[in-house]
Amino acid sequence: MEILLVIIIGLLYAAGIYMILRRSLVKLIIGLILLGNGANLLIFLLGRIVKGHPPIIGSTEKALADIYADPLPQALILTAIVISFGLQAFAIILVKRAYKVVKTDDLDEMNATDEDI
Amino acid sequence: MSNPYIVLPIIFQLFLAIVLMFCWTQKNLQKLVSTVGSLIAVIIAVIMFVEVWEVGPMVTQAGNWEAPYGITFVADTFSVLMVLLTTLSGLGVSVFSVGAVRNARVKFGYFPILHFLIMGLCGAFLAGDIFNLYVWFEIIIISSFVLITIGGEKAQLEGSIKYVTMNLLASVVFLTAIAVLYGLTGSLNMADLSNKVAEIENRGLVNLTAILFLVGFGIKSAVFPLYFWLPASYHTPPPAISAIFGGLLTKVGVYALLRVFTLIFIPDAFLITLISIMAALTIFSGAIGALIQNNIRKIFSYLIICHIGFMLAGLGMYTEIAILGAVFYLTHDIIVKTNLFMVSGLMFKIKGTYSLRLLGGFYKDYPKLSLLMAIPLFSLVGIPPLSGFWAKFYLIQGGLEVNNLVLVGFIILGSFLTLFIIARLWSEAFWKTGELVPKKLKVKYFHELKPLKRTAIVASILFLALISLGIGLGAEYVIQVAERVASELMDPQAYKEAVLGKL
Repeated sequence: MEILLVIIIGLLYAAGIYMILRRSLVKLIIGLILLGNGANLLIFLLGRIVKGHPPIIGSTEKALADIYADPLPQALILTAIVISFGLQAFAIILVKRAYKVVKTDDLDEMNATDEDI
Repeated sequence: MSNPYIVLPIIFQLFLAIVLMFCWTQKNLQKLVSTVGSLIAVIIAVIMFVEVWEVGPMVTQAGNWEAPYGITFVADTFSVLMVLLTTLSGLGVSVFSVGAVRNARVKFGYFPILHFLIMGLCGAFLAGDIFNLYVWFEIIIISSFVLITIGGEKAQLEGSIKYVTMNLLASVVFLTAIAVLYGLTGSLNMADLSNKVAEIENRGLVNLTAILFLVGFGIKSAVFPLYFWLPASYHTPPPAISAIFGGLLTKVGVYALLRVFTLIFIPDAFLITLISIMAALTIFSGAIGALIQNNIRKIFSYLIICHIGFMLAGLGMYTEIAILGAVFYLTHDIIVKTNLFMVSGLMFKIKGTYSLRLLGGFYKDYPKLSLLMAIPLFSLVGIPPLSGFWAKFYLIQGGLEVNNLVLVGFIILGSFLTLFIIARLWSEAFWKTGELVPKKLKVKYFHELKPLKRTAIVASILFLALISLGIGLGAEYVIQVAERVASELMDPQAYKEAVLGKL
């Protein structure tokens, strides 16, 4: 399981960086989304994957007896997913607005900021 | 010492932003609330600063979960100093916005977002938990995304695409670093991490994590190979927004670098060399970039990069004196850079252009304003009674102490080039006879504005210029503060004890 996740994470990062380096704005956004998902899976993997129980202490027990999954990475991923959802929604709208105003989705043609004025 | 009131600067900004959203349609009321609120925020920050100065680091554990399990907020001297500077430049920008931000932008929620941004900054400075720091960074960037795009002009949108992309990438790198760090230590509390990272035997993996943090914060603070988004975006939004960005957004990256590399990762020889090289090249590329620019806001953008290099150099030398210099420089730079972008806004209001070729004749037309504008410009260079001088003095002393003469050379070169750039700007914009103002703008010129707006613009610049003067003339006191910050950073025992309890 670990080795599969490692390969998936590697592929997500690689694909994300490849897409960011493309000139098209839409591909840029896709690249950022893939990178974000890669990072989320990385947190999941590094929180140690165990076959066990949820970390809930039963009403009759005093401490966790069985092997249990670390709940913190899941909380972190949830936070990160929510944040990246908001940011990506913003980025997609921004790309749409920029496409309407600049009338291109080619990053190489977005040179207005480099003009010497 | 435990004190729940240290989250007050954050809560207060949140409260202000919510109140401002209730006055969505009343532009004048928003301006009033924002200004008064910023003033109260400064008072809160001053009270907190005095308190922390007297009793030492204060801590609050969210939900009463003991550290390292809960989310911790820590107010040590460095944090409260940064919060104080943030609220001061926030007040400056808020007053400046009264005069300089167009009503169309106010209608789309400029003021609430400004206060959300300041809330994020205060949160980042007070966070004692590395994941919490990440969340505050996200709040900062989402607010800054809205601010940089508000208005939706062509250049603004193009600049913001570059800005948004690089900041999202920096967040992903930061998140990756947190993931690896959590995998290594199983903790997120910064004081706890400090203990746990020191015990790890696999130093290669620790250094790798440190470099991930360096890249993540490096993109945010615009250091050498990662700064390209800054000159492409900072000159596009209105000057009030550039001012808060230029003054604070890159500095929060520097704050995070200083914090992480003194508390969690103690740099070894390799990291010190890496940071030193990055610092030297940041100074060099920023200064050279500013030399060839013609748009005053682009000049200031490149100067931000150049002076980030000075602070990074302080970290690269890694002695108490050098960190003192870096903290002093940070103090001076936040105020001066905020003020410089406001000055550029005033120059634009007067002449209707940012181009050095077209600007001119300020000294003849507005002698008093020119003298006022000279204060931030020459503080930046660091001419002795003004604020930049002492910071550089300590940085150079720190460099001589560790015998890092190359870095000292770059600092002197950077200061010299800054002097040259400012002198050129002064002679072009202030002493050259000005050409006629181009008459194609929709915005009103300075002399057409209402007296209240004119007063607001000048008062905000005067306010920050006076603080700059205060830092320069009262350097004795600022050095005491910076000295204490440096000693707390280099010896984080008090910080750890405050968070984790006496061991």
